[in-house]
Amino acid sequence: MALKTLHPGGKTQSGRDRAERKLAFRMTAPSLVIMALVAAVPIGYAIWLSLNQYSVRTAGLSRFVGLENYINALASQEWWAAFGQTFLFAGLSVSLELILGTAMALLLNLAFKGRAVLRTVVLLPYAIITVVSAITWQTMFQPHMGLVTNVLSTLGLPGGDVVWLGEHGYAMAVIVMADVWKTTPFAALIILAGLQVISAETYEAAELDGASKWQTFVNITLPLLRPAIVLAAIFRTMDALRVFDLPFVLTRGANGTESMSMLAYTQLRENRLVGEGSALSILTFLTVMVVSVIYVRFAGGNIRDVAKEEQ
Amino acid sequence: MSTLIAERPTPELATARKAPKRRLRGESKLHPLVWVFVVAVMAFSLIPFYWLVNTSLKKGASLSQGELFPSQPTLENYLVVFQNPEFLLALRNSVIIAFVTTTVALVFASFAAYALARLKMRRKAMILTLILSVTTFPAIAIAAPMFSIWREIGLYDTLLGLIIPKLTFALPLAIYTLTSFFKEIPRELEESAYMDGATPFVAFRKVILPLAVPGLATTAILVFISVWNEFLLAVTLTTSPEARPVPVAIAFFSGTSEFDQPLGTISAASVIITVPLVILVLVCQKRIVSGMTAGAVKG
Repeated sequence: MALKTLHPGGKTQSGRDRAERKLAFRMTAPSLVIMALVAAVPIGYAIWLSLNQYSVRTAGLSRFVGLENYINALASQEWWAAFGQTFLFAGLSVSLELILGTAMALLLNLAFKGRAVLRTVVLLPYAIITVVSAITWQTMFQPHMGLVTNVLSTLGLPGGDVVWLGEHGYAMAVIVMADVWKTTPFAALIILAGLQVISAETYEAAELDGASKWQTFVNITLPLLRPAIVLAAIFRTMDALRVFDLPFVLTRGANGTESMSMLAYTQLRENRLVGEGSALSILTFLTVMVVSVIYVRFAGGNIRDVAKEEQ
Repeated sequence: MSTLIAERPTPELATARKAPKRRLRGESKLHPLVWVFVVAVMAFSLIPFYWLVNTSLKKGASLSQGELFPSQPTLENYLVVFQNPEFLLALRNSVIIAFVTTTVALVFASFAAYALARLKMRRKAMILTLILSVTTFPAIAIAAPMFSIWREIGLYDTLLGLIIPKLTFALPLAIYTLTSFFKEIPRELEESAYMDGATPFVAFRKVILPLAVPGLATTAILVFISVWNEFLLAVTLTTSPEARPVPVAIAFFSGTSEFDQPLGTISAASVIITVPLVILVLVCQKRIVSGMTAGAVKG
């Protein structure tokens, strides 16, 4: 958006500017203060907690241990297992969501009877809270009771008599499916919005040049869609790396599904290890931040463009 | 004022206007394979819903055998849920938490968003980046220290103790969405207010806010759904039914007895809390779509 001066040629321009900046500051300050108090302060305190060891037996008894909690965490198998599983989950679910989301967006962009119905249906899982999404997929895969397990065993296919949530690999598959089901619509709608701003003329030109539908898609649609896809990827990856609800409800972190957030939660709440739990939550925080910086640096300038526009 | 509201272009219309020819492309001659794909997408979206409802209507043998169509559908699971005082408490808690958080977030966010969308401001890009980056914070990094702080000052296991940290994530979402809505309001309207001698704050209150009602409603819906959905803070910072919101209550839901398969009751509880949200999404689908994609793509 081009910045227009609000009061062109006014003789008290600089005075007005100053008043406007003052107002802008006053209007943003409350939000910034709240966010600082409920985000920055706790994270700062978490860093302090993570440098101490707290007695499990005597409340209030603690000693400063420096980086010991971090060293222990980084030397532990649990942390690296949770780290790997979180990234496996994020990689699988986000790639599926982007592929399916792009396909759904292309579909929703076509003019056909029933498009409105399809759009409504696609949006429905958005109404589902994540915990319910987890329960829904639990009912689908429950041994003997589940639709998927029943269909598989009726057809004599493998997987029918597997306790899906009870086995490595299978449990992860259910969690990925629950996530894909709930969040693909989000990816699809972002990508659809990107699709709708590609002008019809672009396609007409390609058609005149005799490009096939596939060529048009690969050479025109995909490159023009890239910003939208990257944006969906950023949003979805950041969410997936924080995954907690799905493994909590479906497996409580068992069978190769413990995520970084779950591990920190378990140490903190179940095992009452405040120092260790805090160190793990700070490590989770740092991991997510590093990934977001990498995304913004290398995957595209979307966020920077948005930021630049504000200037 | 009402005519002005009607004139305000929604993002949907704006996109449609930019590419009016798009709607005609490929009309009516869909490849059969595309129809197969349409059906597959519908099935993938709807079958799990069907199965959740199906599971909630079954008991005993019909439940444990996984009948495709319940031979003796029963509402007993629903009765069990509605007779469960903990579930009712959780519903109450969720409603209070979601309403209060959404209202507070919207009030503060509308101020901030106006400044970010319209006013001259130092370090605007930095502030916006900072706000956006908060949305990527893992909730555990806030829940872990909050757990210790709240236990010391007595906010642990209270509704207020949940509303405060939930604001951390509600505020940036609201600011981000509102900023893009405010930017779409034509500047001319404010300028005429300035001609009449209005200050920027008066312009905000008298011109922008009334025009932004649809945007505010959309933002409220998005924030409400996200607060209602939030689980990690809720499970970390509560322990008793008096403070637990719905997602946590359902996650800890158990059957009526040790030997009862609880999945029927859990499914019923899930259906109960999903129905109002499904209605909300159906009624407000245009708003939700425009809000979700607001600011995502600049034409």
